[in-house]
Amino acid sequence: MTRPIRKLLVANRGEIAVRVIRAARELGIATVAVHSDADTDSLAVRLADQAVHIGPAQAAKSYLNVAAVLDAVAKSGADAVHPGYGFLSENAAFAEAVEAAGLIFVGPSPAAIRVMGNKSLARATAMKAGVPTVPGSDGVVDTVEQAVEVAASIGYPIMIKASAGGGGRGIRVAADAAELRQQMMVAQTEAQAAFGDQAVYLERFIRRARHVEVQVLGDGTDVIHCYERECSLQRRRQKILEEAPSPALTPALREQLCASAVMLAKSVRYRGAGTLEYLFDDQSCEFFFIEMNTRIQVEHPLTEMITGVDLVREMIRIAGGEPLRLKQSDISIRGVAIECRINAEDPAKNFFPSPGKVGAVTLPGGPGVRIDSMLFAGYTIPPYYDSLLAKLIVHAEDRPAAIARMRRALGELKIEGPKTTIALHLALMDDPQFQAARFDTNWLEGWLAQRAG
Amino acid sequence: MPQVEIQCPLPGTFYRKPSPDTPAFKNDGDSVAIGEVIGLVEVMKQFSEVQSEIAGRIVRFVVGNEAPVEPGQVLALVETA
Repeated sequence: MTRPIRKLLVANRGEIAVRVIRAARELGIATVAVHSDADTDSLAVRLADQAVHIGPAQAAKSYLNVAAVLDAVAKSGADAVHPGYGFLSENAAFAEAVEAAGLIFVGPSPAAIRVMGNKSLARATAMKAGVPTVPGSDGVVDTVEQAVEVAASIGYPIMIKASAGGGGRGIRVAADAAELRQQMMVAQTEAQAAFGDQAVYLERFIRRARHVEVQVLGDGTDVIHCYERECSLQRRRQKILEEAPSPALTPALREQLCASAVMLAKSVRYRGAGTLEYLFDDQSCEFFFIEMNTRIQVEHPLTEMITGVDLVREMIRIAGGEPLRLKQSDISIRGVAIECRINAEDPAKNFFPSPGKVGAVTLPGGPGVRIDSMLFAGYTIPPYYDSLLAKLIVHAEDRPAAIARMRRALGELKIEGPKTTIALHLALMDDPQFQAARFDTNWLEGWLAQRAG
Repeated sequence: MPQVEIQCPLPGTFYRKPSPDTPAFKNDGDSVAIGEVIGLVEVMKQFSEVQSEIAGRIVRFVVGNEAPVEPGQVLALVETA
């Protein structure tokens, strides 16, 4: 049933709030920005047709406060809510509350958020859909003998992971059966001490992997993919630079990977824009599904540049009840795009945050350059939220041309005031390993340590 | 006895506890040594410790838990011996 959106409230801040307001305006939809005490003079507030204050600076009391956001929706008369990324974007209860109020949540169904937002449920769903996941034990392993037997079918090196762990904690690696025998008991004792639960499970340890993710768009019935992005350049699991398409995939592997993502998204009748994350082992050419993000992502412009699809516009149209306007055969890759995240951080001081007043801002322009940002001259970067100032995205016919264009654009970009990551990106553009696309998810941290040492 | 201010070095959010369900680093009336942590400041999702540069007794905290803070703002008053 088509139910065109007339007024859209953006339940977010920063550059993504600006991005959503721009998409809505192009669709002729009125916009409402919400803001905390710290964001009264933000670009989103300036650009939106209407602004509603939702609380104090701390995110927990404003952008994460479901009651305050719902109150703003009611007050503003909006008929739809776009959650952006982060904050309430993957909060199923929030999506449910929006729908319960008779309004439109621009995103998947609460049920899809619940299933795909839970790592073990998402993994089980992927296995059922025939999508490869990192080989592992079927649940908890109790004894050393059981572990050795299961490990033989999974393959070494193997990780022993605490069931109650997470975020990289409670993990031990065993290279072979002898090590597994040694480590198993220790791992259980550690898990008991650290998490109050001795349950552990096994998973293949993929020593060198690339982070490759597939963009999908669904309307609840049909799902298409818009190819992949590579996001291997990370620091402390935070993406620093991304590109599309992945330079590591052959056309045949790319088709296989993207087909698996469509299969999985279809199995949960996915609606809206979503991203399926995979680990890709470029030695064995295996890919493994790890998790799904049920929202628009920071690095979505890469996909928009290489496919020409406006993902934010499409997700708003789908939320308004329109079926997918694009068929899979309409989607093709043209050229290469690279995105540098320009953060208010000091790379020379271990990426220490650098909020505060911004002076003059000079943005790059010319062919193939896009900036998604909330910056303006005289803006004060609040210390309460993340450090992303701007996404600089370039598009060119091939990777060397995109790198040359990014180097040129980074040279034009000037932000007076805060310390930024501009110089770091410039150094990356000149690095032979980066130029050769020879990296994995650990590479950037090693590169940074080498430069510091 | 002279009172000395402990000032906030950074802008952000001030936390008096290491995590939500643990006791405060320090309470009013506690003694404090040089280098002891009295709180955390969260700046753009990174946490930095606020250490006391003086020894004495904390008369009182001026800023509450989870309050927004500015550089130079007084966090606590310390009475030196």
